[in-house]
Amino acid sequence: MTALPAAESVAPVATARQEGGSPPSRLHAENLRLGYGENVIVDGLDIDVLDNTVTAVIGPNGCGKSTLLRALGRLLNPQQGHVLLDGKRIDRMPTKEVARVIGVLPQTPQAPEGLTVADLVARGRHPHQTWYRQWSSDDESAVAEALRLTGMLEFAERTLDQLSGGQRQRAWISMALAQGTDLLLLDEPTTYLDLAHQVDVLDLVYRLHAEAGRTVVMVLHDLNLAARYADRLVAMRAGRIVAQGEPAEVLTEELLREVFELDARVVPDPVAGTPLVVPVGARNRSS
Amino acid sequence: MPGRPPLRVGPASWVLRARALAVPLVGLAVVVLLMAVNIGRGEFPLSVTDVLNVLVGGGDRPQRFIVLDLRLPRSLTGALVGAALGLSGALTQTITRNPLATPDITGITAGAGAAAVSVIVVGGSYGSLTGQLAEIGVPLAGLVGGLLSAILVYLLAWQRGVEGYRLVLVGLGAHALLSSLTYWLLTLGDVTDASRAVVWLTGSLNGRGWEHVTPVAIALAVLVPLTLLGAHALGALQMGDDTARGLGVRVNLTRALLLLAAVALAAVATAAAGPVAFVALATPQIAMRLSRTAQPPMIASAVLGAVLTVGSDLVARTAFGAVELPVGIITAVLGAPYLMYLLVRRYREVRA
Amino acid sequence: MSQSVTGPAPAPPDLVSAARGGGSGGGAIAARRRRRVAGLLLVLGLLVVATLLSVAVGAKEMSLDAVWHALVSPTGTENDIVVRSQRLPRTFLGLVVGIALGVGGALMQGHTRNPLADPGLLGVTHGAAFTVVLGIFALGITNIYGYVWFGFAGALLASVGVFLLGSVGRGGPTPVTLALAGAAMSALLHSLTSAVVLLDAQALDVYRFWKVGAIAGRDFGLAVQVLPFVVLGLLLAFANAPGMNALALGEDVARSLGQRVRLTRTLGIAAITLLTGAAVAVCGPIAFVGLVVPHVARAVVGADYRWILPYSGLLGAVLLLLADVAGRVVARPGELQVGIMLAVVGAPFFIALVRRRKLVRL
Repeated sequence: MTALPAAESVAPVATARQEGGSPPSRLHAENLRLGYGENVIVDGLDIDVLDNTVTAVIGPNGCGKSTLLRALGRLLNPQQGHVLLDGKRIDRMPTKEVARVIGVLPQTPQAPEGLTVADLVARGRHPHQTWYRQWSSDDESAVAEALRLTGMLEFAERTLDQLSGGQRQRAWISMALAQGTDLLLLDEPTTYLDLAHQVDVLDLVYRLHAEAGRTVVMVLHDLNLAARYADRLVAMRAGRIVAQGEPAEVLTEELLREVFELDARVVPDPVAGTPLVVPVGARNRSS
Repeated sequence: MPGRPPLRVGPASWVLRARALAVPLVGLAVVVLLMAVNIGRGEFPLSVTDVLNVLVGGGDRPQRFIVLDLRLPRSLTGALVGAALGLSGALTQTITRNPLATPDITGITAGAGAAAVSVIVVGGSYGSLTGQLAEIGVPLAGLVGGLLSAILVYLLAWQRGVEGYRLVLVGLGAHALLSSLTYWLLTLGDVTDASRAVVWLTGSLNGRGWEHVTPVAIALAVLVPLTLLGAHALGALQMGDDTARGLGVRVNLTRALLLLAAVALAAVATAAAGPVAFVALATPQIAMRLSRTAQPPMIASAVLGAVLTVGSDLVARTAFGAVELPVGIITAVLGAPYLMYLLVRRYREVRA
Repeated sequence: MSQSVTGPAPAPPDLVSAARGGGSGGGAIAARRRRRVAGLLLVLGLLVVATLLSVAVGAKEMSLDAVWHALVSPTGTENDIVVRSQRLPRTFLGLVVGIALGVGGALMQGHTRNPLADPGLLGVTHGAAFTVVLGIFALGITNIYGYVWFGFAGALLASVGVFLLGSVGRGGPTPVTLALAGAAMSALLHSLTSAVVLLDAQALDVYRFWKVGAIAGRDFGLAVQVLPFVVLGLLLAFANAPGMNALALGEDVARSLGQRVRLTRTLGIAAITLLTGAAVAVCGPIAFVGLVVPHVARAVVGADYRWILPYSGLLGAVLLLLADVAGRVVARPGELQVGIMLAVVGAPFFIALVRRRKLVRL
């Protein structure tokens, strides 16, 4: 398949879908093959990221979740297939234009020493700046607003190394917020956080979605939190999507066995009513 | 461990890896061959078989004289110096976790250079040292200067223990200062002294005799076993201090001892032949890629250091007709492109 | 900003203004900006003092009166000639080269993410040295006007070679591949230089004085010749600063912020090459400025390259001029080259810096 006809053929399909009542999707990918060199991680994958939803990508280690997220955020160019944003090939768009629509937060981002939270968040305004307009009042209010939303205002003058893990994660999310994008791709935003801070960060993500109407795609390890906070789950295994849809449809005992090779019960979450995964484990299997 | 046949002798056990064994063995054979060729070349040419014959105890008297008294010491100095530098480089790169680190980071070669050059310049231009004294004085000054600056750098880098990274930075400062002084010293004397100093600074095996072989041989005989004993701790050090401590390694002590060994090796080698360029930097990286290990392998680095040095000496002596270049020029001219080639090839493979 | 972060539910205005007035967020950024500007003016003042000292103080003792006389109404006295034909050109050259080395060093450390990086790591120094001795050896050029161009060409070629060699990989030039390629190239060129100077005593004689690094004995004409390259390098460097800020967060974040990583690196390396290549060609390798000054600048202004670069440039010029003045005073009636002075002053300072501060991560 050559590149150009594919790009052209997409737009009508997308329109048709919308006319047919399918939910709209600004960001989608078709027939993706992703990998590093000869090491192919994802092959023949299609995905639609539905607008105004929170999507959680779940799956075992090494299934290609992060790779997929990197490709959706044009950090990784597909070996085959395309990622399309508003019907245009993302790798052919000016990268700054993409940066005003999609924000990506990698798994463990690195920062130079001595960088303050305010500095970091200010750098999220990079795609909106030019050499002659480096710090507008828009920039300033976006930064203040991002700090407020994440509750990081009081830490604005601290350097990143003075923060706790949860605070640091919130600082990075603030940076992605200050970017002011409609779409946010977060790669394991809860890594290294204790449960309380995980809930904290996910509450924040949910608020971004509910109050600011953002579309969020995140890679998550904790299935129960994923079921709680996501509108849609995408379950991956060995570089392919095994199931996707609402948490209650996706998170079934059969799927857990197929995707995670995990023997588990799924019961309704006593608080939210979403599926709750209770692993069986060897200790309780015999009884 | 799956895929790695263990070797057990009583309570001792090792994991064997075919490549890790093959690289030093093949390297050793190459060194012997290169030495034989090198010894054979000269005003009275000898064939490789003649040379090998003499080395195992045969040959006639003139042959024995030429090989054993005249030419073997030079090649042997080269092999031992190369081995010492290769091992020293492997140790330094592992301790500092920095592929660019060489014993130079302790300021050792710069210190040796400054001391040796000041003896050459003072002895030459101002006549206060006679020729004979300068001959002995230069290697001695090199040894003392190198060790002194290494100790000074280590002490300056000490702050409740020595962190590899801080050591690199302090050493860098000392190196810059000392080499600056060295080049300033070069401007003081006349051009012939400067020329002699540059030869020494480049590293040369010219006119090396048994008196140069002995100290390096003794140093290697003592330090190689000690290094290998400490080497199993290096794998843990590679993963960072905290992990190493968790694995039960006494981080500061291990690092200090291994660094001391690296410094001693480099100091002795430098005193014998001058700071032969690039061997300590390149051979650990080359050995690592050839052996496909995650960190520089000790023995293979030493053997490849010998290969590089002896091979370079052969080229330096014979490739340019009457002109004999210092060996250090050739080690760099051979070693640098090879490192570049490895860089290029590795990324080609990944990309393909 | 119509697509504000608040989306359908705009934030109460008092929150935003509270954020500003409360000394956090945007307000604090503005406050620090004022401090940084004030600091920059202070450094500028220092530079003026250093410049005046460089004109007024020398191996030949001279009253301020005489210096003033030489500057405003020269009558051809010995003092006038010393000031106008020696001190003014070397001061001017010190300014240009100091700025170039300071900015070049800051860029270098940023792009290699390596606080030890100095321009030598790109092969600039050894490239220049090799072509200088080659010019002398092969063509018999011993006039500095002649070999300055050889040096410049060598610096450019070496760093382009290092850059290409370091970029062959899939990910383009990364800090590690650049450093390895630079080390390999430098070692190669250095040994080739040694070979040439051992074959040719005349080349060695020029090389050994070039190698210590000096701004003395160069006239205005030489400084003016390389000035356009330095100016171009500075323009590229400042255009590079926002990109450097993004890259400091890692290549992934930089890309997601819409930064073109490969382009940023290429521009940065071009700037480094122009700045340090010009400096090395005229003055020989003067190492410590590019190494020490960015550390000082970072300690003062933090992690923002838009500020690190100007601070580094001005501080570089201050340091170079002061070291040069000191070199004229300590060895009267002779003088020590600025390269030596910088090493003697800079190395202990650098070691103290390393010991006192927590080590920076770039």
